[in-house]
Amino acid sequence: MTGIIIQQIFNALTIGAIYAMIALGYTMVYGVLRLINFVHGDLFMLGAYVALAGFVLLAPGGGLVWALAAALIAIAVFMVVGGVGVAIERTAYKPLRNSNRLAPMLSSLGLSLALQTAVQITMGPQPIAFQSLFPAIPLDFLGARITTVQIGIVVAALLLMVGLKLFIARSRLGVVVRAVSENRRTAQLLGVDVDKAISTIFFIGPGLGALGGVLFASYYGVMMPTMGIIIGLKAFTAAILGGIGSITGAVVGGFLLAFFEVFGTAMLPILTNGWLGTEYRDIFAFLMLILVLLFRPAGLFGEQTSEESMVMKRDF
Amino acid sequence: MLSIAGLAAGYGRKQILSGIDLEVRAGEIVVVLGANGAGKTTLLNAVSGMCRINAGRITFKGTDITAMRPDRIAAAGLSHCPEGRQIFQRLTVEENLVVAHVGRGGKSFETLREEAFALFPILRERRNSAASRLSGGQQQMLAIGRALMAEPDLVMLDEPSLGLAPKLITQIFQIVLDLAAAGISILLVEQNVRLALELGDYGYALESGRLRVEGGAQKLAADPRLAEVYLAGGDKGAVHA
Ligand SMILES: Nc1ncnc2c1ncn2[C@@H]1O[C@H](COP(=O)(O)OP(=O)(O)OP(=O)(O)O)[C@@H](O)[C@H]1O
Ligand SMILES: [Mg+2]
Repeated sequence: MTGIIIQQIFNALTIGAIYAMIALGYTMVYGVLRLINFVHGDLFMLGAYVALAGFVLLAPGGGLVWALAAALIAIAVFMVVGGVGVAIERTAYKPLRNSNRLAPMLSSLGLSLALQTAVQITMGPQPIAFQSLFPAIPLDFLGARITTVQIGIVVAALLLMVGLKLFIARSRLGVVVRAVSENRRTAQLLGVDVDKAISTIFFIGPGLGALGGVLFASYYGVMMPTMGIIIGLKAFTAAILGGIGSITGAVVGGFLLAFFEVFGTAMLPILTNGWLGTEYRDIFAFLMLILVLLFRPAGLFGEQTSEESMVMKRDF
Repeated sequence: MLSIAGLAAGYGRKQILSGIDLEVRAGEIVVVLGANGAGKTTLLNAVSGMCRINAGRITFKGTDITAMRPDRIAAAGLSHCPEGRQIFQRLTVEENLVVAHVGRGGKSFETLREEAFALFPILRERRNSAASRLSGGQQQMLAIGRALMAEPDLVMLDEPSLGLAPKLITQIFQIVLDLAAAGISILLVEQNVRLALELGDYGYALESGRLRVEGGAQKLAADPRLAEVYLAGGDKGAVHA
């Protein structure tokens, strides 16, 4: 029994780390532009495909060469998808910056479909096997069977999140990004190049989300063009749960949602006497989304009273 | 230093200012007066690129800045200390200073920060506090300190005395005098007419978006038309000028 629980804890940590990495992108973009970037889930998907291209191109052997190739691929994924994120902002959002808030959201929905379709046309709609970024060695831990892939995912995600936190909290560019998200006009008045700050956000957010995609594909061993839809929505839920706009909130929300989902799913057949099976796992995330929007739309770390946290509720 | 000719400006389709001619020379303190809603803030916004300009020309240090982006104007050495201070509440005192310095050449951040701390020692004590925890007076000091991080040649101050105790107002105005003595030009918007004209070299009075009177500070203080500007605007508090 304890073995099963520990097993589930590890599963939840793995999924939670991935949700958190994607949720960060939603929350950072929202924090600066008050925009829900619906294409973010598809950038997550794109990350996995770019990594696949990297594996095919480099065709690494085993051992050290492989580790080096994996690191190179991770950097390339970050740069390529980060660049795509910046390009998307420049072409699809920036021209709409002074229009109605709904316009850029519709633009992002359109882009989401376009990106999925483009990948579907070039790579085919069928699932493709994905080689894990980390070696898969099964380990026995207190009766639970975990793999080095899971450990690799959690460690990599945590390192990236700590790096992001340090960047935002300590670096000068991080200070500027926070200033722009608090008051764009004043930041510009003080000489801040606002476009540059926004580009920074649209580089880091999609870059992290894309690495999340690589981790996700490493965990499940497959990918497909539509994989960003559900995972994107779940990570978005995690961001709302944590309080959209809050970086800490996105991370906490990602892990909380994963624990709720993993343990809920395990209990589902027991609770419903076998009537609902574990294939209904997705209901947990969306139940959570509905509950949060109903009872605490500002999320856990959002400011309950602030104007912007309530904007969501008013616009939809 | 700053020269405005035939300016008409507003927000969106709404025109607020028209026919404005104004001059600020090097090291001079120029005061802009006028009742509530006369367009003083709009005038400063027009200079720093924050509102729509429909006609006219604004030149700063010989360069046309009429169609320039606000961040470029600030980078050119024109600092705007906005109405209501607009401190970044979620940033610390020191981070507020960082924002105004990022991406600039010239003196290092540490040097300029020390200069600001020397001017306002309280900011040094509170450097790591969240700016939201500062008192109104301290926030005004931070706003001025922040404006100086750009090593400006001209600082525009929008009602720096608003909501402050008399002792603090004296202190802030003394700093303004010191800045001017150090060669920084000042364009000051003030509701406190008497104090402003004691401080300033030259003054302009706006009424409903147009220039009504202008002149040397002492002459303007004695001009009966100045009181009319306030009466016309319906402002009761400032007629004692
Ligand atoms: N962002 C804006 N959009 C539209 N109209 C505005 C805006 N800001 C100010 N106005 C209008 O412009 C006119 C001039 O306002 P402005 O703020 O420049 O006056 P002011 O002289 O600074 O007044 P106060 O002494 O109250 O600060 C007012 O009628 C005001 O309603
Ligand atoms: Mg004003």
